[in-house]
Amino acid sequence: MRRALVVLLLGAGACQAKEAHQPLPEGPFGLGRTPTEEEVAAWNTSVNPTGKNLPAGQGSVAEGKVVFAAKCAACHGDAGQGMPPTYPQLVGKEPADFSFDDDFKKAHTIGNYWPYATTLYDYINRAMPLTAPGSLTPPEIYAVVAYLLAANGVIAEDAVMNAMTLPQVKMPARDRFVADDRGGETFR
Amino acid sequence: MTRPPDDAAREGDISRRALLASAASIAGAVTLGAQPYRLLAQGPAAAAATDTTAVVVPPDPTAVPGMVTTARGIRSPFVHPERAPAGVLSGASYAPLQNMSGTITPSDLFFERIHNGVAMVDPQQWKLMIHGMVERPLMIDLEQLLRYPSVTRTYFVECSGNGRAAYRTPKPEMTPQQVDGLLSTAEWTGVPLATLFREAGVKPGAKWFIAEGGDAARLSRSIPMEKALDDALLVWGQNGEALRPSNGYPVRLLLPGFEGNTSIKWVRRLELSDQPNMSKDETSKYTDPIPGSKARQFSFLMDVKSVITSPAYPQQLTERGWWPIRGLAWTGRGRIAKVEVSTDGGRSWQQARLEGNNLPLAPVRFEQMWKWGGSPAILLSRATDQTGAVQPTRTEFQKARGIGPDYHFSYIRGWTVGRDGVVQYGVEA
Repeated sequence: MRRALVVLLLGAGACQAKEAHQPLPEGPFGLGRTPTEEEVAAWNTSVNPTGKNLPAGQGSVAEGKVVFAAKCAACHGDAGQGMPPTYPQLVGKEPADFSFDDDFKKAHTIGNYWPYATTLYDYINRAMPLTAPGSLTPPEIYAVVAYLLAANGVIAEDAVMNAMTLPQVKMPARDRFVADDRGGETFR
Repeated sequence: MTRPPDDAAREGDISRRALLASAASIAGAVTLGAQPYRLLAQGPAAAAATDTTAVVVPPDPTAVPGMVTTARGIRSPFVHPERAPAGVLSGASYAPLQNMSGTITPSDLFFERIHNGVAMVDPQQWKLMIHGMVERPLMIDLEQLLRYPSVTRTYFVECSGNGRAAYRTPKPEMTPQQVDGLLSTAEWTGVPLATLFREAGVKPGAKWFIAEGGDAARLSRSIPMEKALDDALLVWGQNGEALRPSNGYPVRLLLPGFEGNTSIKWVRRLELSDQPNMSKDETSKYTDPIPGSKARQFSFLMDVKSVITSPAYPQQLTERGWWPIRGLAWTGRGRIAKVEVSTDGGRSWQQARLEGNNLPLAPVRFEQMWKWGGSPAILLSRATDQTGAVQPTRTEFQKARGIGPDYHFSYIRGWTVGRDGVVQYGVEA
C-alpha cells in the first residue's frame, strides 16, 4: 500500500512523456476487405534499392536526352541546371567531398547528394513531370534516369538502364548518410 | 491598450458598413455527392446564404438590434488573420502566429506545406490499402475507418524547414509568422495505427512502413515500425470537424513530434517492409548535412524550440510600463520542462510562467510580465524539454551542425526593442 502510494506520487510528480488515457478495445473488428491483386499492383509502385517493382523496359542516355528536352527541361533547364529554389538543380558534381555543412548555397544534386539510383525511378514515376505526374512510360522513365545519371558522370554515355542495371548503379554519395543521433543534454 | 499588430495595421480599411461576400461564389461552385457521414457532410446546399449577410458596425451596438444567426461563423470585421503567401502550388503558406492566442491553430489558418497542390479527394472514392509484410492485406473505406475505436489528442505539426528564411535571410521586418509560421496545432481525432496494423497482422521482420499520399506528389516516407505501435494515428477529425483539404481530407497520417512531412496527407497506402524505400523525400530532401562530410538521415524528431510571439515585429510599445512577453514552446520529445526569458540579450534569464495544460507533443504558452523602462532591450526565449535538451545559441547550433543546415532550425531567436518602442527581428543569442 505504502509502496503503491509512493509509486503513484512519483508518477504524478515526474515529468511524464505521455498522458494517461483509458485503454482502447483491441479488436479484431473485421472491418475492411482483402484488396485484389489488381488493386495492389495499381498502387504499389514503390521502388526501393533492391529494384523491387521495377517494370520491364529500358532506356538509353541518348533516348533520355530527347525525353528530358521535351518533358523536363522547361523547369529543370536544358542541362539540368534547374531554377532554384522551386525547380531544383539536378546536375552537378561539386562539392565532390560532400562538404555541404559549410555553405547552404551548395546545391544538392543527383550526382553529389542522392545515395540511391533507384530513387530516381521511384520519384519520376510517382511525381514527375509536375504538370502531368504518372504520364511517362517505363521506357521514358528509364531513359530520363539514364540521361540524368550520365549527365552527373555516374554512368557511361552508352549505358542502358533497366530493372537489372539500375539497382547496380552505385551513387557517389552512397556512404554519406548516418543515423540520427540528436537529443539529450548535449546539443548535436 | 494596444491591438494585435495585424488588426492595428488594417483598422483603416474597415468602414462602418463592411460587406462580406467572401465565400458565396466559391460555395456556389462546389458540388458533392451524398455523403454517408454526418460529421463529414457539411451540406454544401445550405452553406451559401448567410455568408452574404451584410456586416454592420453601428455607432452604438446597444442602441440597435444586432445581426441574425448565421450558418457559419464569421470573424469580426476588425480581425484579419491570414496565412501567407497564398497562391503557392509547391511550397508553403505560414500561419500568423502573432494573431493567435492559446495553443490551438484555427483550422483555416493551419500552415500548409504542399508538394504539388492541395488534393481534392471525394470521400466516397477514398480507400486505404495496408499491404506488404502483413498476414491479411486490408482495403478500408472511410465508413469502415470511422467505425474503428477512436482517440482525440492535441498535437503540434511543424515543418522541419520552419525557420529557414529567418536563418538564411534574416530581416528586421520579419514577423513571428515569417520566422516560425510553419508550426500549427490541432485537436486531432482518429484511429491508432496500431489498431489497424493489429487488424492486418504484422509479420515478423516488418521493421518499417511506407506511407504514401493520394496527391499529385504521391508523397512517400518510410517510418520505423516502433512509431506505428507507439502513438501514430490515422486522423479524420481536426478541431471538431472534418480535416481541411490542405490537411489531407479525408484522412491523414499524424506522427506526433515527427517532422511534418512524415504525417502524410490524403494517405492511401501503407506498405509494411523490412527496409525503408529510400524515397526522394528521405534522401535528396529532409536529410541534414553535418560537419565531417556526412548527413543525418531519418532525422524525424523535432528539436526543443520556442518563439516569442509578442512583443514582436511589427508591434510597437506605445508607452513605458508593464508588457507581457508571450510565446510558444514545444518539443518533439515530450513535454516542455521550462522556458526562460531574457530582456538583456542573454546576460540574465528569468524563468517564465507556463500557462495552462502542458501536454506532451503539444506547444505550451509561456508568459513573463516585463516592466519596460524605455531603454533598448533584446528579448530572447530559451526552452528546455523533459529530456534535458536545451535550445542552443546560434553559435552553438552552427558549431554542432555547420552553417549549411536545410532543416531543424532550433536555435534561440530574439527581438530588439528600440528607445522608440519599435520591435524588430534579427538578433540571435
